[in-house]
Amino acid sequence: MKILVPIKRVPDPELKAKLKDGKLDLGGAQWVVNTFDEYAVEAALRLVENADSGDRDGEVIVVTIGPDDAGVQLRSCLAMGADRAIHVQGDDVELDSLMVAKTLKAVYDAEKPDLILMGKQAVDGDANQCGQMLAGIAELPQATFAATIEVVDEGKALVVGREVDAGVEYKKLPLPALVTVDLRIVSPKSVVNHVTPDDHEYSDGPRYASLKGIMKAKKKPMDQKTMGDLGVTATAVVTELEVTLPEARAAGQIVESVEELVKKLHEDAKVL
Amino acid sequence: MGNVVALCETNGATLRSNALSVISLARKAAELHGGEVILLLVGKGVSAAADDACRYAPKVVVVDNDGLENYLAETYAPILAKVAQDQGASIVCATATAIGKDVMPRTAALLDSGMASDIADIETADTFKRATLAGNAFSRVKISSDIICVTVRQSEFSPADALDSVGTKSDAEAGELNSYGAEFVKLEGGGGGDRPDLNDASIVIAGGRGMGNGDNFAILEKLADTMGAALGASRAATDAGYVPADWQIGQTGKIVAPDLYFAVAISGAIQHLAGMKNSKTIVAINKDNEAPIFQIADYGLVAKWEDTIEPLTAEIAKLKASQV
Ligand SMILES: Cc1cc2nc3c(=O)[nH]c(=O)nc-3n(C[C@H](O)[C@H](O)[C@H](O)COP(=O)(O)OP(=O)(O)OC[C@H]3O[C@@H](n4cnc5c(N)ncnc54)[C@H](O)[C@@H]3O)c2cc1C
Repeated sequence: MKILVPIKRVPDPELKAKLKDGKLDLGGAQWVVNTFDEYAVEAALRLVENADSGDRDGEVIVVTIGPDDAGVQLRSCLAMGADRAIHVQGDDVELDSLMVAKTLKAVYDAEKPDLILMGKQAVDGDANQCGQMLAGIAELPQATFAATIEVVDEGKALVVGREVDAGVEYKKLPLPALVTVDLRIVSPKSVVNHVTPDDHEYSDGPRYASLKGIMKAKKKPMDQKTMGDLGVTATAVVTELEVTLPEARAAGQIVESVEELVKKLHEDAKVL
Repeated sequence: MGNVVALCETNGATLRSNALSVISLARKAAELHGGEVILLLVGKGVSAAADDACRYAPKVVVVDNDGLENYLAETYAPILAKVAQDQGASIVCATATAIGKDVMPRTAALLDSGMASDIADIETADTFKRATLAGNAFSRVKISSDIICVTVRQSEFSPADALDSVGTKSDAEAGELNSYGAEFVKLEGGGGGDRPDLNDASIVIAGGRGMGNGDNFAILEKLADTMGAALGASRAATDAGYVPADWQIGQTGKIVAPDLYFAVAISGAIQHLAGMKNSKTIVAINKDNEAPIFQIADYGLVAKWEDTIEPLTAEIAKLKASQV
């Protein structure tokens, strides 16, 4: 199976947001691979490998649209085990989801993968749009919010368990298809390719890059492209005007007993 | 300027409560756009809910077709796009439910439109306010496409009231249905039971990893029953399998803003706070007085749940009994 995994860099979500002139101050940002995208890389590797024998049948290609520095995040995906990378030059602030989707469509046309596997949302913008837009433009079936993926029909289709409001919805997609992943896709038994023995349990979470992986990643191919090379002429229709920080909640109080709590909820907060 | 088409989810003969939030947004947007609110019902048998929908808007468009028995983004998105165009829409919107989030970006792609996800407000005809960075920042975005696609955060829009006059219903064709081979297989339900829906409840009780196991949630269920509350959980609790995944509250789970929120044995990670910090009153019960949840709680009780939940349930039951 040939899998294309679009990834995005985001400022480290654990660090506090700072503002400058009504925009996020990213001057000192620590950039990391968007959590969900990292999970998509993990899921892609699980789909193409035999975790017992270490053999691999298929290819995992990571692609990002971003400035020069974004190559660092591509390398870390290569170090996890992706085979090669495509770096499309782009300036984060000039992009919107639709442009990204159109650019990825051009990459999809050039690479013709069996599957596009991506994070369900970027943890900075929290938009949750790109995958569905790309599926729409590329006329592919889609399964968003994947918690499980099982390869069926001799590798010609997937059954995806999707996290929906009322539980888990199972949806079957013939390949080629597009899947966006949710957090639980990296649980020990969430990806079943029937090549790795079905009872195999992965350790929870995305794999770390080994030292060997990091060394190997340095030699793996990374194609450099521009949007122009890909024939993408779209410009952004969504622009961010301003960023503000929410008002802090007024400081609360510590109560000493259950009785005091109930009294205050009843008399002061008037919620009981 | 143009009309506002709002996709509304239905349940038998009525609109789902989440639909009332997108209707609120649609009314505000229609005013800013000088257009009309048009509610759109899509699915097999949705005609049954048309009368209910007509109470909320001057116009209701129904696409009722046997081929739409199960929701699929592949078949729904082209219908949304076509109705939007036929109805002269400048805004197409839905509530950010699992369906809204899945179908609206695909619709935007078909319309070559920009989209604002999970918005907290519409400020001018083309400017929207929305939370980003797990709720740690707000972003104001402006969208320049002819049609703008929007999903709304249910907790930010109070449910719309019915209008005095009743709207008119019309049917529209589904057109050719193409699922691109995708098929619905089955739905495995979570486990909310008879309790109120997390998104609609005015009181939510959420348990975290500190509950230790799934059986211990029974004690929270009893507390919930005394108040008619919904139950939720942190990701650590859902991941550990204590409770179903659809109980998860947070950046990647449900986003709730009830009148009263209890966080029990939850540390208060930013991703969890993203899903509940707009609750009116927050109560935290945690044995660690340094847990970050206490920084946003209105009332904090530093204690073990083992020592507090039963007495709390009894105390609230006593209060309730005195109120009748
Ligand atoms: C991309 C991403 C998205 C995420 N999305 C979400 C999300 O949507 N929702 C979410 O919740 N998390 C989310 N998380 C996870 C989040 O970062 C935290 O790991 C999680 O919220 C922790 O859950 P917790 O508070 O239950 O567990 P812990 O952090 O382990 O806290 C347990 C708490 O229980 C207390 N405790 C233990 N025993 C007792 C006792 N007997 N009585 C009272 N208190 C006790 C402890 O003092 C502690 O504070 C996400 C993480 C990532 C990376």
